[in-house]
Amino acid sequence: MNSSHLNPSSSLKSRFTTRFLRALTRINARKPISPSSPREIFQRYRRIKVAADKSMASSVRSRRTWSRATLWKLRSRSCLQLASLGRRRSVKTSTITSRQAIMKKTSHEIENKTTTEEDHQDRFVGQADKLRELVPGGEAMDLCNLLDETAHYIKCLTTQVQLMRKIVDFYSL
Amino acid sequence: MSSRRSRSRQSGVSRITDDQITDLVSKLQQLIPELRGRRSDKVSASKILQETCNCIRSLHREVDDLSDRLSELLASTDTDSEQAAIIRSLLM
Repeated sequence: MNSSHLNPSSSLKSRFTTRFLRALTRINARKPISPSSPREIFQRYRRIKVAADKSMASSVRSRRTWSRATLWKLRSRSCLQLASLGRRRSVKTSTITSRQAIMKKTSHEIENKTTTEEDHQDRFVGQADKLRELVPGGEAMDLCNLLDETAHYIKCLTTQVQLMRKIVDFYSL
Repeated sequence: MSSRRSRSRQSGVSRITDDQITDLVSKLQQLIPELRGRRSDKVSASKILQETCNCIRSLHREVDDLSDRLSELLASTDTDSEQAAIIRSLLM
């Protein structure tokens, strides 16, 4: 039963491909004044990347915390861009200070009892924190969910890369 | 077998057992190509997490790179719905 949620089904692949190709068609339909200018290419790259991530997250729908977090992030980012260009409140600072607080507390406790076992655990917790930064929505997850979501996230990212590569190959012909 | 009793730092998740964590971590190990062949007791859990982070970072880079190539390719070609149908049939 577990494998079914880890193996990307062909329906996931086809949902992603349909959405992504539709987005590519829309992106390509824009007729900018200078289609090959570096700025235009950069903007198109951004739109394509967003479309790819959004297509995969939409194909997974809300079944996963990481896909919900990705869709929320993309939606709020586009709302910000529409609303105003100036106000970019950094939510990151609060997460960083809380992590620094945890790290300080960690190093304090290390001073009192340094055994190899504590080192292992600290390294594990440190790596888990790095993982939280990489997986969308990771900061709010407990360890079990983080590991579970990571596995699914990696599977979907791999599928996304696979399909994008095939599309690139097709257009390179 | 290391017993991680001192979970004071993770007091919010005290209900999770070590076995659950070990299971999930070994599941991750199977997904990472670099670590798949090795025996699970030879690879430490933090190493698995480290490799997982590296794996995710490289996947992100690949998505960036492919998006970049696509944006340049799109500049020179015209997509339409027929091509989209062709691609879909090739990929399935």
